Amino acid sequence: MEGFFSGIAQSFEKTFITDDRWLQLLNGLWVTIQITIVAALIGLVLGFLIAMVRSTYDMQLMGKKCREPKDYLLKALNTICNIYITVIRGTPVVIQLMIMYFIVFASSRNGIIAAFISFGLNSGAYVAEIVRSGIMSVDRGQFEASRSIGFNYRSTMLYIIIPQAFKNVLPALGNEFIVLVKETSVAGYVALQDLTYIGNLIRSRTYEAFFPLITVALIYLVIVLILSFLLKKLERRLRNSDH
Amino acid sequence: MTTDNALIKVENLTKSFGDLEVLKGINAEIDKGDVMVVIGASGSGKSTFLRCLNLLEEPTSGKIIFEGTDITDEHVDINLHRRRMGMVFQQFNLFPHMTVLRNLTLGPTKLLGQSRADADKKAMELLERVGLADKANAYPNQLSGGQKQRVAIVRALAMNPDVMLFDEPTSALDPEMVGEVLEVMKQLAGEGMTMVVVTHEMGFAREVGTDIVFVDEGVIVEQGAPEEFFGNPKNPRLKDFLSKVL
Repeated sequence: MEGFFSGIAQSFEKTFITDDRWLQLLNGLWVTIQITIVAALIGLVLGFLIAMVRSTYDMQLMGKKCREPKDYLLKALNTICNIYITVIRGTPVVIQLMIMYFIVFASSRNGIIAAFISFGLNSGAYVAEIVRSGIMSVDRGQFEASRSIGFNYRSTMLYIIIPQAFKNVLPALGNEFIVLVKETSVAGYVALQDLTYIGNLIRSRTYEAFFPLITVALIYLVIVLILSFLLKKLERRLRNSDH
Repeated sequence: MTTDNALIKVENLTKSFGDLEVLKGINAEIDKGDVMVVIGASGSGKSTFLRCLNLLEEPTSGKIIFEGTDITDEHVDINLHRRRMGMVFQQFNLFPHMTVLRNLTLGPTKLLGQSRADADKKAMELLERVGLADKANAYPNQLSGGQKQRVAIVRALAMNPDVMLFDEPTSALDPEMVGEVLEVMKQLAGEGMTMVVVTHEMGFAREVGTDIVFVDEGVIVEQGAPEEFFGNPKNPRLKDFLSKVL
């Protein structure tokens, strides 16, 4: 029995104390957080822009003929967005990441920038479809009411449609970011020392699988729990008009 | 009745949705102070006609001359003209993410350059008029249907329009709430507001309307002052329609 406990203590020490491995884990966590935050921001901005293009096209041009130069521009942009979404959603993120690192960034081999961009581009495609579905879910009457007052298309989107769409898609958007946190765990493929990579590194150095892997799993779980908590709070704050 | 100072003049208006021709050449004139009531069976094109007046539906051909400007001209900034045309919808279409007060002040502050304080003050006066001042800080979802529609009417009025378009304003209401909305509309007509009203409320048409229009299969088949229109209908389709709804 005593041997069992001292065995655990030994594993614990090897996993966390020796060589300051707890610090390595902390550094790994920091890398994971950085990638997640930057990618989420890129994804959010990109996703919103794409959603605007796609829903503007759906509302103004679908099934109609192009008449002005800006119609052709919108059509071209819409096509580009469609291709982008198809490619991103149709290929694994780890492949996209490796293409970014080994091909696009071949000369600099800047792993963290490659990760920011890959995960950002990847998330953007999903955010775009989430936001677009939110815009489409706002009742058509809202659009007409705003236009009938005299607001142009842009102001209508800004004041009337997007605030309502954002509220509608918040749960789905939150889910996307939760997925993103966990997807960054493949960053090790491009030589980034993120949380998962460090956990696996410690496992291979110490021949202890239990503590490193369970610790890493628990840290992801805590991040996701914190994220869920914040999102719920935000949802509740935005719900004040739905009495 | 042809005058050059018609507020809205509709010339040969047609509208098709794909192969379906909904409006087949409508001519109409709405003078200042008129209350034009448009009646007709569902699917007759009466709502489409109304929605063409502020170009919520883009006419297939024809002209709509509002205050001397042909607003179907693609070089015209329709947004400027829509400010002068209030519209009230069957489904109210209040903005659910804003308070009642903000629903009223959004247009005036963002489009007319009114200060928030001025717009608030004017909005409160309007809400007072329809007996809803105590709901200023409520959200639309906290209101009854009748209250929502009264808010929708004053939201349109807050822009100080020259004409008000009503698209079946009482059709989505519970019967006991129809009266309060019609009352507000009657008041408005009494104050000289020019109105175009699509409705099934024949009592309102008879009492408040100055010009009754019967639309059938995309054309105006009969038009006249209420006494003549209801007292002595000529068109057989109109007779049939009136016998069903009166």
